[in-house]
Amino acid sequence: MSGHNDHNAQETTPAQVGGHGGHDDHGAHGTMTLTLIVWRQPNADAPGRMETYVAKGITEHHSFLEMLDVVNEDLIKTGKEPIVFDHDCREGICGMCSQVINGVPHGGQERTTVCQLHMRKFKNGDTIYIEPWRAKAFPIVKDLIVDREGLEKIMQAGGYTSVHTGGAPDANATPIPKPIAEYAMDAAECIGCGACVAACPNGSAMLFTSAKVAQFAALPQGQVEAAERVKAMVQALQDCGFGNCSNHYECQAACPKGINVQFIAHLNREYVKALFK
Amino acid sequence: MILDGKCPTGPIEKSWDKHRFDMKLVNPSNKRKYKILVVGTGLAGGAAAASLGELGYNVEAFCYQDSPRRAHSIAAQGGINAAKNYPNDGDSIQRLFYDTIKGGDFRAREADVWRLAQVSNNIIDQCVAQGVPFGRDYAGYLDNRSFGGAQVSRTFFSRGQTGQQLLLGAYSALSRQIKAGTVKMFSRTEMLDLVVVDGEAKGITVRDLITGEIRVHTGDAVLLCTGGYVNVFYLSTNAMGCSVTANWAAVKKGALMANPCYTQIHPTCIPQAGDYQSKLTLMSESLRNDGRCWVPKKAEDCGKVPGSIPEADRDYYLERKYPSFGNLAPRDIASRAAKEQCDDGRGVGPGGRGVYLDFADSIQRLGEHTIRERYGNLFEMYERITDENGYKTPMRIYPAPHYAMGGLWVDYNLMSNVPGLFVLGEANFSVHGANRLGASALMQGLADGYFVIPNTVAHYLAQTKPGVVKAEHAECKKSIQDVKDRANKFLNINGKKTVTEFMRELGTCMWENVGMARTEKSLTTAIEKIPGIREEFWKNVKVTGTGAELNQQLENAGRTADFLEFAEMLSRDALHRNESCGGHFRVEYQYDDGEAKRNDADFCYVGAWEYKGVGKEPELHKEPLKFENIHLAVRSYK
Repeated sequence: MSGHNDHNAQETTPAQVGGHGGHDDHGAHGTMTLTLIVWRQPNADAPGRMETYVAKGITEHHSFLEMLDVVNEDLIKTGKEPIVFDHDCREGICGMCSQVINGVPHGGQERTTVCQLHMRKFKNGDTIYIEPWRAKAFPIVKDLIVDREGLEKIMQAGGYTSVHTGGAPDANATPIPKPIAEYAMDAAECIGCGACVAACPNGSAMLFTSAKVAQFAALPQGQVEAAERVKAMVQALQDCGFGNCSNHYECQAACPKGINVQFIAHLNREYVKALFK
Repeated sequence: MILDGKCPTGPIEKSWDKHRFDMKLVNPSNKRKYKILVVGTGLAGGAAAASLGELGYNVEAFCYQDSPRRAHSIAAQGGINAAKNYPNDGDSIQRLFYDTIKGGDFRAREADVWRLAQVSNNIIDQCVAQGVPFGRDYAGYLDNRSFGGAQVSRTFFSRGQTGQQLLLGAYSALSRQIKAGTVKMFSRTEMLDLVVVDGEAKGITVRDLITGEIRVHTGDAVLLCTGGYVNVFYLSTNAMGCSVTANWAAVKKGALMANPCYTQIHPTCIPQAGDYQSKLTLMSESLRNDGRCWVPKKAEDCGKVPGSIPEADRDYYLERKYPSFGNLAPRDIASRAAKEQCDDGRGVGPGGRGVYLDFADSIQRLGEHTIRERYGNLFEMYERITDENGYKTPMRIYPAPHYAMGGLWVDYNLMSNVPGLFVLGEANFSVHGANRLGASALMQGLADGYFVIPNTVAHYLAQTKPGVVKAEHAECKKSIQDVKDRANKFLNINGKKTVTEFMRELGTCMWENVGMARTEKSLTTAIEKIPGIREEFWKNVKVTGTGAELNQQLENAGRTADFLEFAEMLSRDALHRNESCGGHFRVEYQYDDGEAKRNDADFCYVGAWEYKGVGKEPELHKEPLKFENIHLAVRSYK
């Protein structure tokens, strides 16, 4: 896993935050105290920098985002700007949360989004670096929030079957062998969070794109448009400023849903086939 | 005010087909002259925007997330119902219709439910054509499972991620229309006001969540597809951004709120662990297909390791109380049964608020591999959150607020009492009655979006002149000013408490007094307490930053302010309804064995509330419910 904390961590005076009910020392009552070094950037145009905070009174049952909630509550009360981050479902499926924790997208736990990463994976006294997704194609919006519109553009280029609403044939009219249905489902599990892009040294969205290409290419419904789809989606990927796959497999390691790099191989096969069509 | 549901007459089997034929159409070349605003892009909104775009209308779609793919529909796990009868176990449109009416405790409209059951089959066809990878058997045909409240296997599923796959299907159809230019997508945009001109909905006022810009979008019809309001309880299974804000804006502009007290408490959630907690996590109801619910028979066993409690000392209470449905009893029944065991001192886990969901028997019968294949991601999720292995030790579950069966009042055409304002999916009140059966929310969202609204919105537009209201209209300017004034008010209070603290206070008050079981006294308490919290909020909330930037505190302040008003209406609805039905359990109205006691003589109606101002008592309007095809009967699952 390639950690890249290549930013100057400007150590500021730690803001004392997170304490609940008196002077709890490090680890008092089974709680943790942590040092957070967080990327703060007011908007897309302003310069950003690392700021230091102390999180107190954290238990092993807090999720990582709940730990940040606690920190934010105290920042607000002291009149400071809370740390802004993306999140919504908080159950690991919406793909909204996006933070690089200690150099790893979504933190170090395998197949886990930030919202399902729990503080039991950290120790009292730990220092944690928190940054936004870093990729040319994902401009920073504010603090830990980035703009993932590029992924939308890739989807819009061809991430669908061109079926109109109504008039579809009976669902059982075309049997699909179970292994193929399972393969399509493995690919379809992608939540579009963009961790693959953030993890890739080349900022590639190939794993994301390949999952959709492979899902549809495997199914009879998607095969009709397979060639046009793969060409259009790869073109969109390049137009948005994502890099190409550089075979580092960092994307697979960072993916919270365990999307396999075999889909990239599948995408490449589809792409080559499409070129000869 | 007379509430006319505009339900078609005649035999129910032909009601939707006849109605479709009777409705007016918009000429293909005229469709592009109309602009339709779709707020929310989950299953209902995404499907609607895609379908209307395909038809040739100009569509503008809005969501608060950074992408329509993140709508909370994505989190629905278990499945979607349809009356296909593929397993040959006796299913039919009639039976799905019957189960849904009965499951909703006879508080839904017959015609709406029939239509839902009828189009359910089209939904599966549509989704398969979109490439949604449903579970299949080895012959390659679609597989089914069972859900609560049904004795047939009619639920189609994609592992434990059905909502995700269906939403991605709608999202891909939507993406295709965005590319084609028929749909203009506005993400990270929140609707804060409805523009009503001469009594008709003609626009919405939104805030760009990145720049803070407040602006109006005008259109010829507005579709609210904004989901449910159960975050009014603070801790719920909903996503953090789910709110009542768009619906409440409509209520303040004259739309009626129907049956708000019907809130579903889902039986299979992971129990709460601490007071910092931001949400409750749902475990799919499908787990009850193979998991058995039990608690120790003796209170003194509750602290013991579950494996050490012998069979004879376990109470499989759902199987005992409801032998024919057993662990698959409907959600309201299973939720109340769990609460009863815990109230009886036999709950397990921290605070005694939990019951076991045990897979030991089915693992022995089917093997761990099969269980892993069926529910692997749910077991994984459980382990992430609790640090316990569900294959080795029983999971602990407890009920949690999950789904709103109430919502804006709509007629059969999904149009609210404000002409031009349509409401789809969870945001409306129409098909679930007092309780929603499992796997029917996804069905409703997609039915409304793909198959109902394309017909009914045309009927309205065919009688409407396009493009009448422009952004320069006085009502638009006033709406922008109102929204700006409100934001400035939040920013200038500069009090001492955070938005979350108020939301937690409101939620605690709601859960304790208006939660799983309600009494006249608890409801009166809530109605007395809420205005106090609201008043303090407007004096003492602290919102940092400015309005002209990305400001999550400001977003949450607006949502909380709306919940603080809406909560009172919800409580009043619960207080006025002197009966128990589905997700509305009034302790005073129950049979000797603790089952909910409905009162058809006095309450067989939709309760629709008209807003009269903050803190003022809203006015109740009633739409009587007629049951011509299914006889009103005591709901029994024994």
